[in-house]
Amino acid sequence: MTPEDGRTISAEAGASASRSRLKVIDCDVHHALRSGKDLWPYMATRWHSHMEEFGRRRPVPFTGASPYPKTAPALSRTDSWPPNGGPPGSDLGFMQEQLLDRYNIEYGMLHLLMSGMDERNQDLGNATCSAINDWQYEHWTQKDSRLKAAIVVPGEDPPAAVREIERWAGNPDFAQISMVTHAIEPLGRRRYWPIYEAAQAHNLPVGLHSSGNNGHAVTGGGWCSFYVEEQHNVALSQQQLAISLVCEGVFERFPALKAVIVEAGYVWVPSVAWRLDQHWARMKGEMPHLTRKPSEYFRSHLWYSSQPADEPERPEDLRQVLDWIGWDRLLFSTDYPHWDMDNPEQVFKLRLSEQEQQMIYNANARAVYGLA
Amino acid sequence: MARHVVAAVSEIAPGSRKIVTIRGREIGIFNLDGAFFALLNRCPHQGGELCRGTLIGLATSPEPGVFELSRRGEMLKCPWHGWEYDIRTGQSWCDPNDTKVRAYPVSVEPGETLVRGPFVAETFAVAVEQDYVVVDV
Amino acid sequence: MSASGGGIDCDVHPAVPGMAALVPYLEPYWQEQIAVRGIDGLDLSSFPPQMAAHGRADWRENGSKPGSSLERLRADALDGFGSQLAICNPLYGVLAVYNEHFAAALARAMNDWLAAEWLDREPRLRGSITVAAQNPELAVDEIERRAGDRRFVQVLLLAQGDVPLGNRRFWPIYAAAERHGLSIGVHAGSTFRHAVTSNGWPSYHLEDYAAHAQAFQSTLLSLVHEGAFTKHPGLTFVMIESGFTWLPTFMWRANKTWRGVRAEVPWVDRAPSAFIRDHVRFTLQPTDAPPSGADMQRVLDMIGSDDMLLFSTDYPHWQFDGDNVWPDGFSDTLKRRVLVDNPRNAYPRLKEAVP
Repeated sequence: MTPEDGRTISAEAGASASRSRLKVIDCDVHHALRSGKDLWPYMATRWHSHMEEFGRRRPVPFTGASPYPKTAPALSRTDSWPPNGGPPGSDLGFMQEQLLDRYNIEYGMLHLLMSGMDERNQDLGNATCSAINDWQYEHWTQKDSRLKAAIVVPGEDPPAAVREIERWAGNPDFAQISMVTHAIEPLGRRRYWPIYEAAQAHNLPVGLHSSGNNGHAVTGGGWCSFYVEEQHNVALSQQQLAISLVCEGVFERFPALKAVIVEAGYVWVPSVAWRLDQHWARMKGEMPHLTRKPSEYFRSHLWYSSQPADEPERPEDLRQVLDWIGWDRLLFSTDYPHWDMDNPEQVFKLRLSEQEQQMIYNANARAVYGLA
Repeated sequence: MARHVVAAVSEIAPGSRKIVTIRGREIGIFNLDGAFFALLNRCPHQGGELCRGTLIGLATSPEPGVFELSRRGEMLKCPWHGWEYDIRTGQSWCDPNDTKVRAYPVSVEPGETLVRGPFVAETFAVAVEQDYVVVDV
Repeated sequence: MSASGGGIDCDVHPAVPGMAALVPYLEPYWQEQIAVRGIDGLDLSSFPPQMAAHGRADWRENGSKPGSSLERLRADALDGFGSQLAICNPLYGVLAVYNEHFAAALARAMNDWLAAEWLDREPRLRGSITVAAQNPELAVDEIERRAGDRRFVQVLLLAQGDVPLGNRRFWPIYAAAERHGLSIGVHAGSTFRHAVTSNGWPSYHLEDYAAHAQAFQSTLLSLVHEGAFTKHPGLTFVMIESGFTWLPTFMWRANKTWRGVRAEVPWVDRAPSAFIRDHVRFTLQPTDAPPSGADMQRVLDMIGSDDMLLFSTDYPHWQFDGDNVWPDGFSDTLKRRVLVDNPRNAYPRLKEAVP
């Protein structure tokens, strides 16, 4: 940052020249449907009239809005609405211009915020997930080879989820498996294990992007009043998700499984790991299936996408946090086109070495996703 | 620094804005009730195009549950992370001392003054009978 | 044996042995209800007393619930750590009971029991007022009833109830506390009105216990953004058995979110971290310590204030072995602040005992 930009205190943002040559693997890109009808070609006709009459039904109070109004329409940057129409993220050309080309994105890992997993009508939910995957393949990954999709699965119906995984496994357009994270049970629970078994068998990570509605209060102490709280509370849910995967023994049962926690940030990892270790020492009698300290699984089986980047009062504190987490754990992400997305050129307000930049911006993700 | 003619006053009505490029920088020119302000079109947070943000008022409150809205249209909400900036000063609302967008001196000059120079009028044929917005960059 | 000396222990747990201990303090109607209906067993699921973690082995007596003996508390906690004072936070059913009237009656009985069998018998003990926060009016009645007894220094709540604790429905409780110079103690624990995590019910107790940290973070978000601190500027909220090493990274995120969404809560006129540093304190146990003292020093440095931690043993919960109450990384200067100064400042009524 130069004084020209008006900021009177800041750490150096890092050499932007080198960063602009840097290839960026963006581990959280949000494409979007232009409308629900985009899925109809991939769904049996009975669902067309069903959708017209009944629509999507999830455990939320409103038919057409999120329970907590966001700070911007469509949760998105106000300048990300495509000039040709449609909601932010729905226009590939505009995404190429604003994100992929603009920031030298080598690969963008797609996370659709819509899923059939939290649909209360189970048959509709399963059909929706399948249709989403067909749509992603035809309209996104086949049109821009930088984009990699996640296999969206109806996780509350594990046999159906496994069938959907089998349908796409081996297809290089799909780099991971995705489930909503606000599931009916914590995602480490045994009922979801067939999905992890399939993931491991096909060497696909699970990408767990904060999403979904399960009817549980957004905090363990009830429903908060404000979006400013909810926005943070969903990140706390992601912490609990990671705790569940570890404590339930998912990584013991599936030692080759990799899990990516997406859109929760990462600075919380050390304190969660320390807390688990301390109390596991006195409570582990209940968990004989864990052969290692909980913190070790955070280092070996979990990765964290970087957005929303946390902004410590002293930028250099991030270096200490990353030392604690492990520099190989962090996967850069923008969260384009959401309002709180991170600009790859300006997000880290501390000096990063060339090697650290390579790790965060592409090498770590390349290893996790097995990208060329 | 040089003085740049960026627009005829009549081009930027009260409540509207124009984004111009001066010396390679994009600068947003705002008209608040007839007074002009110029801000760099780059948010000091992460570089978003601040001047394309939504014009909003200032929400304040004397106590929880009481909502007041003042200075309507005088605050700019960055299109990215939504940080609020006072168009009149360039200061962010949440962190006025340490986070501000670069603001440039702006004046209104009559055409007959401008034709005498020295001004940089990159895109204008200046007419003596009009007034113009002039920015120091 | 004392490793600290002269401190104020801000979290000890005298245990209610069972309903029989409270019956003498209840009105005849409730005595009969309890007898006829066989009402007992109201230990909180958050803290099953038989679990090793919730009663250190060398602090247990055969056949008794850990923490149920005053003699043992004196020896183990007060004499054991050389503490000049200890604040009692009894945890028993009240806040989780659905019948508000029963909850209020139990709260009254618990406070009478605490006063008679603990505070009257041991001058180094102070008390938290148990209230039925489910019904704030009844809770305020109990605060008013108890406020004249200066040995009660705090009103005790659990972190996970029906709604987050910043909600306005609790404000009469906070106003009453502020009026009487009482602090608000938010203790780890759930009333189980909701699944203990927003993702549903985990399988293992460790997960429930770990989840308290997120519960406290949600609580702080609520207190800040509802304006509870703004409305009650003289009140201190103590997070008890919360852990604190999550605090700095939590504050970074809270500040960042607020900057973008501020207009939703325009009475939040400073960064959330500013409110937290001014109004919130944390007891020492559990420390959730990083591997080294140097790491802990970094965390303390990131917290950015020496005023925030309050000495505690969390007796009889098992948070450390022997008298290793301090994690590595605390300087002697900081220990003195944590032992005495910070607790005095967090509890206005303690200043009457520790001038």
